[in-house]
This record gives sequence, C-alpha cells and structure tokens, in this order.
Amino acid sequence: MIVAERKPLAEILDMVKECKKILVLACRGCVTVCSAGGEREAEILASLLRLGLKKNGRRAEVIEGSLVRQCDKEYIDAIDQWQGRYDAILSTACGVGVNFIANLRPADHVYPALNTTFLGGSAEQGVWREQCAGCGNCILHLTGGLCPVARCAKSLMNGPCGGSVNGRCEINQEVDCVWQMIYDRMGRLGRLEEMRIASPIRDWSASGHGGPRKQTRGDLTL
Amino acid sequence: MNFTPDIRLFSCHYTSQQSCTEAGNELQQLGFPENIRICRVPCTGKLQEITLLKAFEDGADGVYVVGCPADACHNIKGSQRAAKRVAAVKQALVELAVEPERVAMYHLDRGLHPEFINIAREMNERIRRLGPSPF
Ligand code: SF4
Ligand code: SF4
Repeated sequence: MIVAERKPLAEILDMVKECKKILVLACRGCVTVCSAGGEREAEILASLLRLGLKKNGRRAEVIEGSLVRQCDKEYIDAIDQWQGRYDAILSTACGVGVNFIANLRPADHVYPALNTTFLGGSAEQGVWREQCAGCGNCILHLTGGLCPVARCAKSLMNGPCGGSVNGRCEINQEVDCVWQMIYDRMGRLGRLEEMRIASPIRDWSASGHGGPRKQTRGDLTL
Repeated sequence: MNFTPDIRLFSCHYTSQQSCTEAGNELQQLGFPENIRICRVPCTGKLQEITLLKAFEDGADGVYVVGCPADACHNIKGSQRAAKRVAAVKQALVELAVEPERVAMYHLDRGLHPEFINIAREMNERIRRLGPSPF
C-alpha cells in the first residue's frame, strides 16, 4: 500500500489560514489502512483544525467527508455532494488523491494534509516499512524476493557495498543491509551460485527518469 | 485571577465506581471539586483521541483520564491504550503551541481512594494556574 503520515499541524494551518469553509476529505483506501488519512484521522484532523484556527483567531467552518478512493474519477465526482459547503478541500489521501482532485476539479482549491512517504507494509502494529520503489522493472526474481532498489540505501544492483558490517548498513546501525539479507536468503534457498552473475548497468528509464509514466491496457479502455 | 476552570474527567467504571453510588454525594463530601465533570466509561481503552479533542472543542480548559494501574487493568490493556491516546493529544497540543499539561492520564487502583480526590484537586489547581483554554 501507499504509506503516508500527517503533516505538521502548523504547516496545515498555514495552508488553510484564509479559508472560511474547509472540507477535510478522507480516503478509505491505502491511507485508511496505514492510519494516516482514513475517516478516523480526518475526524481528528478536523477537530484539531477547528481548535487551531480558533486559537489563531480565525473563524472557519470545518466539515468532514470521505471517498471510497481518491484515485478514481468515479469517486472524485462524488465530491459534488458537498458543493457549496466548502471553499477548500484538505485531502487526507496520498499525493495521488490530491493530484486527482486537482486534475478533475479545475475550480476547486485542494491542499495535502499528508506527506506521502513510501510503498510499504505494516511490519508490526504501528510500524510500517518501505518495500518497493515502483521502479517499473522488477528484479525480485534475481534477489530472492528482497528489493535492493527500495531497501538498499544506494539502490545497488550488485551488493553489498564495503559499508556493510555485521549485516547492518553503514548509513545507520538500525538498518539491515538488504544485500546481506539477499545473500543469506539465496544461500538458504540453495541459489548462491546465481549471486556470481553480475547485474549489468541498469536502464532506469522505466523508473520515472524518463518523465511521468503512463500505462494503457487496450483490452480495458472504452 | 478569579477563574473556575471547566474540567472534564473520563474515568473508567472500575476506578470511579464508588463515585456513582446511589446517593451520589460522597464525592462532594470528600472535597471533589464541583467544576470537574465526570464522564464514566466502561473502560478507558474505549476512549478515542477524538473524544478528548471534542471536550476541548466543547469548552473544556482541561481534560484528564483516570484508569486502572497500567499493569492491572480490568481489561488487561485498556488503561495502557488510554495513556497512548492521551499522549497523542498532548503531542497535538504541543503542535498547536498550547500547554500540554491541559491533558493528563492517571492510573489508580480500583474503587474510590483518597488519591482519586487528590488528583482531581491537583488537576484543578494546575488548570486554574494555566488559565482559560486558548481555544
Ligand atoms: S487515493 Fe491514494 S491512498 Fe487513497 S486509495 Fe488511492 S492510492 Fe490509496
Ligand atoms: S525491483 Fe523495482 S518494482 Fe521490484 S520491488 Fe524493487 S522497486 Fe519495486
């Protein structure tokens, strides 16, 4: 899922300081699962906004709403139900959701309540870890299922680097060296021989360095 | 300053059970401040952050929660959860540049003990010193 976290309140309050009617818009997709921007978090944020704006001597009406997702046109259209009740939308979706609102609602002011942090999963309750960087050319079949693009600080294709010590990354003793993990795992799986093959220099054009990416499935288009 | 704070207490059923005996005036007799409104909940673990924030929205100058001892909660982890929610609200108050002491968590043995009265007075005194809520 896409993992995100709430921006500092001061930053959010500054964004909406001139707004008189704010719709705090939750997303019931990824950000609900990572407890950053679902209905519960939007309700809390709306309350904090009311308190913060009042403290700063601003008068604004803050209402809450939610969409199934904010990354699909059909759901964005449902914003019509709050027409006239807001002069700005504070979205608690990931950046995709905010972009979708901006793409599809030319007259609406939209602001991000979250920092979208990474593609990851819940490692344990209350802890999320980055697992994939959406590089567009997956190599997990070569690395035993562990991603060096997202999980190696240098995104090395032939690791580990000389900074790997006792299974830890040189950037931080708390961070596992994913290349050590890859070697250990490939060894356990009896695939260590494959590690002798050096990966060629990688073409990163699929990873976004070639501009914004788009994909089309002819069998699905109307 | 002549200021009587509006204080809301969320207390678990077990910790405050004797505060709601039939006659209901035992607390006053023991000197429990009259400006503290008690909201009894089945377990403090059920309290959400939003409940505490709404109390501030509703005009509270201070909000506190009294639940079971952290390692002896009737519902095992209820009061530990409550303490985390209180901590989250404290953090939010810091972000809003409001005194975090306006919200507090206390862990007390079950039943009505002098400590229940003492912390009520302590909270009352603290909020009186801080003055009216900036919200
Ligand atoms: S808008 Fe973002 S958070 Fe919401 S469902 Fe879509 S991708 Fe997930
Ligand atoms: S190799 Fe690329 S697509 Fe595969 S997990 Fe890593 S970042 Fe994601």
